Amino acid sequence: MSAVSPLRSVASASFDVRRVRRDFPIFERNPGLVFLDTAASAQKPKAVIDGVAEYYRTDYANVHRGVYRLSSASTDRFEKARESARRFINAAHADEIVFVRGTTEAINLVAYSWGGKFLGPDDEVILSELEHHSNIVPWQLLRDRIGFKILAVPIDATGGLDLAAFERLLSPRTKMAALTHISNVNGHIVPVETIIRLAHARGAKVLLDGAQAAPRLPVDVQALDVDFYAFSGHKAYGPSGIGVLYGKKDLLAEMPPWQGGGSMISTVSFERTTYLEPPHRFEAGTPDISGAIGLGYALDYIDGLGRETIREHEDALTGYALRRLSALPGVRVVGGGQRQLGVVSFTLEGIHPHDVGQILDQNNVAVRAGHHCAQPLMDRLRVAGTTRASFGVYNDETDVDALVRAIKAAQEMFGA
Amino acid sequence: MSMDLRELYQDIILDHGRHPRNFHALPEATNFAHGHNPLCGDKVTVYLKLEGDRIADVSFEGRGCAISTASASLMTEVLKGKTLAEAEALFKSFHAKVTGGEPPPPPPELADDAERLEPLTGVKTYPARVKCATLAWHAFEAAVKSGALGASVKTE
Repeated sequence: MSAVSPLRSVASASFDVRRVRRDFPIFERNPGLVFLDTAASAQKPKAVIDGVAEYYRTDYANVHRGVYRLSSASTDRFEKARESARRFINAAHADEIVFVRGTTEAINLVAYSWGGKFLGPDDEVILSELEHHSNIVPWQLLRDRIGFKILAVPIDATGGLDLAAFERLLSPRTKMAALTHISNVNGHIVPVETIIRLAHARGAKVLLDGAQAAPRLPVDVQALDVDFYAFSGHKAYGPSGIGVLYGKKDLLAEMPPWQGGGSMISTVSFERTTYLEPPHRFEAGTPDISGAIGLGYALDYIDGLGRETIREHEDALTGYALRRLSALPGVRVVGGGQRQLGVVSFTLEGIHPHDVGQILDQNNVAVRAGHHCAQPLMDRLRVAGTTRASFGVYNDETDVDALVRAIKAAQEMFGA
Repeated sequence: MSMDLRELYQDIILDHGRHPRNFHALPEATNFAHGHNPLCGDKVTVYLKLEGDRIADVSFEGRGCAISTASASLMTEVLKGKTLAEAEALFKSFHAKVTGGEPPPPPPELADDAERLEPLTGVKTYPARVKCATLAWHAFEAAVKSGALGASVKTE
């Protein structure tokens, strides 16, 4: 599954991108759009757009409350979406699935609730230089309250996670390793199986930020034996404002609530309140009902295409992009380690990423330019920012060709 | 290349972006300030040497896109030798132009300088880039106010 597979054909017999593209109305409304920013947020298939609209038209009411028919229909659909999320990552139980606003909120929840209870001043939490700000700042906020130590695994010369360094950082003080599954900057696939095995051997828990990985490759939380897994709906072709925190049942059961309100309590009096079991304990207030239902449709859609198929497709496309970009004079591709998927970052000699993004946009090529919410990695790579192309199920090699043409146009304009 | 993008990246912008003028620290500076655009990571430091209310010298350092670098470069060129009141009048008229507002007509003696800044006003049709064009000016304003202690401004 290495992206460095120069001989592999890009076209995949089992995956018809042109047909997939017809599932996404955005491409009808924006003819010629070359959308290469799925790592920031994915476009939405009809199944999600129409499914959410149909839910509002037919079954809408609040969940977990009313005794009337609509409310129980709404609750059924909401809980069915939880089941879709369970299936998506092969969790053992649906009540290991907590609906949150997204990956960011999932990590904040674990830091606040699990970390607040189980971390002490002498403990250590291991992050890495590849992390998105959302997997750095929540731990810093907690550290400032409790006083534990944060260690960062460096990247190696290829841009991948330095596994040997990770091993050296592990110690009896390590209580948590919170790492990305796939980097949102260079697409590096972190060897999470080994990470989890090594961390567990030291008695540490592992949280994976699956924002980029979950929509791109099969994730089986039981096979991984991971303790917490977080991903966002909007990067998985679902609505924004909804996401999933998976937590092992016994871990969630030990964790205190992090927000109080309706839906999460068992009994309330002014003297004493008792809380519901997970996942409801962590879902205070009326949830994003339509978001969760839309997410369920999105995950079913992805599973319908097949995530092994998606991985093969994006792997081939990533390899093609790396070959084309590396062959361009004046382009420096940011290394993504031994295994890279779905995300390619690069810099252009003499042209700032912001200007590159602008000129690419003029050529109808949508990319992300800047620090990608990963400033420590930018510092480490000694760049102000990069231009990033990232792929989704609707992209094929013609999108990469358009990117290459647009890069040449930028170079021509800047005389670089 | 499409025409409208050429309006944003006029030759003078590309030239100043590649070869910024007055691009150095100023050891004899009386005032300075850092400007930072957290959205794109652009950073600029503006140095001033004030003699009374006259800008005897002005320079900048930093890293940024072609628009922000060219804007800082052109700014230092037009500000050199101006009084603070003249500088403020130029900034007001420039700011109004790039944000698509109605610019107050610059005093006749500043018309040439306002004209020099004209190529940057192409950003008004690119809202995401307006902050690139104004970053150095905000840093300049902060430097005037802060004096030798320095200051930091963010484009928010």
